[in-house]
Amino acid sequence: MLYPRILVCLDVDHGRVVKGTRFRNLREVGDPVELAKRYEEEGADEIVFLDISASAEGRSTFLDTVRRTAEVLFIPLTVGGGVRTVADMDRLLRAGADKVSVNTAAVRNPGLLAEGARRFGSQCVVGSVDAARRGSAWIAYTHGGRTPTDLDAVAWAVEMVRRGAGEILLTSMDQDGVRTGYDLELTRAVAEAVGVPVIASGGAGTADHLYDAFTLGKASAALLAGILHDGLTTVGALKAELAARGIRVRTATPLRPPPPVTPDGAVVP
Amino acid sequence: MRPQAGAEGGKPLVVGVTLLDLGSGNLHTVRRKLERLGARVVVTTEPEAVARADRLVIPGVGHFGAAMARLRSTGLAEALGQAAVGRGVPTLGLCLGMQILAEHGEEGDTPGLGWLRGRVVRFRPPDPLRYKVPHMGWNRLAARGSSPLLEGISPEAEFYFAHSYHWEGADPAEVAAETEYGYRFPSVICRNNLMGVQFHPERSHEAGLRLLRNFLAL
Repeated sequence: MLYPRILVCLDVDHGRVVKGTRFRNLREVGDPVELAKRYEEEGADEIVFLDISASAEGRSTFLDTVRRTAEVLFIPLTVGGGVRTVADMDRLLRAGADKVSVNTAAVRNPGLLAEGARRFGSQCVVGSVDAARRGSAWIAYTHGGRTPTDLDAVAWAVEMVRRGAGEILLTSMDQDGVRTGYDLELTRAVAEAVGVPVIASGGAGTADHLYDAFTLGKASAALLAGILHDGLTTVGALKAELAARGIRVRTATPLRPPPPVTPDGAVVP
Repeated sequence: MRPQAGAEGGKPLVVGVTLLDLGSGNLHTVRRKLERLGARVVVTTEPEAVARADRLVIPGVGHFGAAMARLRSTGLAEALGQAAVGRGVPTLGLCLGMQILAEHGEEGDTPGLGWLRGRVVRFRPPDPLRYKVPHMGWNRLAARGSSPLLEGISPEAEFYFAHSYHWEGADPAEVAAETEYGYRFPSVICRNNLMGVQFHPERSHEAGLRLLRNFLAL
């Protein structure tokens, strides 16, 4: 039986991890390689890097960040942000990423998913859906949540899978950063509509929210960012709470004790 | 890079490994992990280098049919046979690299290398909403008998899987471990020098590193 996964997401801008929420109020929190290692040691099951830098210079810095991280990481690394072509996917996978997530480019050119799946296998292709509620449904957004589409988010997730996505990263823009829980209704609607794993994203504040995402939301994985970067809790503490509530979690022992952390979140070398 | 204590189990192993470049994304990660354990890694697409190898690792993610077509058209299939079957050098297939050791692959409806009994078929879980495909994430192994590959690895150890197809119809004597996902499937296959694992040891934390080290120690 598979373990529900806890993914830690780092937004990377010109070689630095930034946060606020994914969609506004950026603030620097640290070095991506060090933070990825720290979360691995805390018990994260996967690391996700999103490149939020818009320039060509930023993209090339990102590739280098992926390379340096992949070399030292012992858990899977998913990367996304600004992936436009199969050549972009190839570069990121060759830099050591295990999976590549695609959003805007797939809306413009849905053939990208099929091409990527054929070339690298669908287990490498993550379809990223940024969804916001509109009336009784949700619509998909592109460009980091700035541009609405006319696509129904659930139908678009189904279409992404039909074209080759092996996993769906589903972010509720309404819940993102608010820490009152994932959008369970959205998560469940997508999880029940597709045959591939769904990663719930946006809104995590407590272990209860993760529990709800795995049970009521039927998510295979849950993504965390802010509450960890702000030092409100740790992956280990969340996993202990989940285990106490009967959720099977991976309990790998760290390779060595995690490094000390200063109050502002920086890792002491 | 400084090898750590623990998973690596002490001293680095200075052995040569030929890593077959099938264009798969995990190639460089596998390389780094082998090097971390002390191996001297040669990455190659050349049949001559493969035929001469003392130790082979076949990484691989992607499409079964496409991988086999490439192996056959480049002469790599024959070269692999000379080393792995002809000279019996230790050979480890990872994920798709394991699957191509089978007789047949459903993905592309293609014959495999056929060195080990069995075929590779798509997951058909009893409850598709509970058991999503790809089988993606961390899962355990249930060892069948003893395999040098699994030495020192706890039954509690978790490994990272990411695949939609799995082995079936193996010779029971060649199944070193099984994994449960709706039903049991072979996750470690082993006959003498020929070995394959369905998961990704290069991304399986401490246990994965230990497995790679076990392979290098053979």
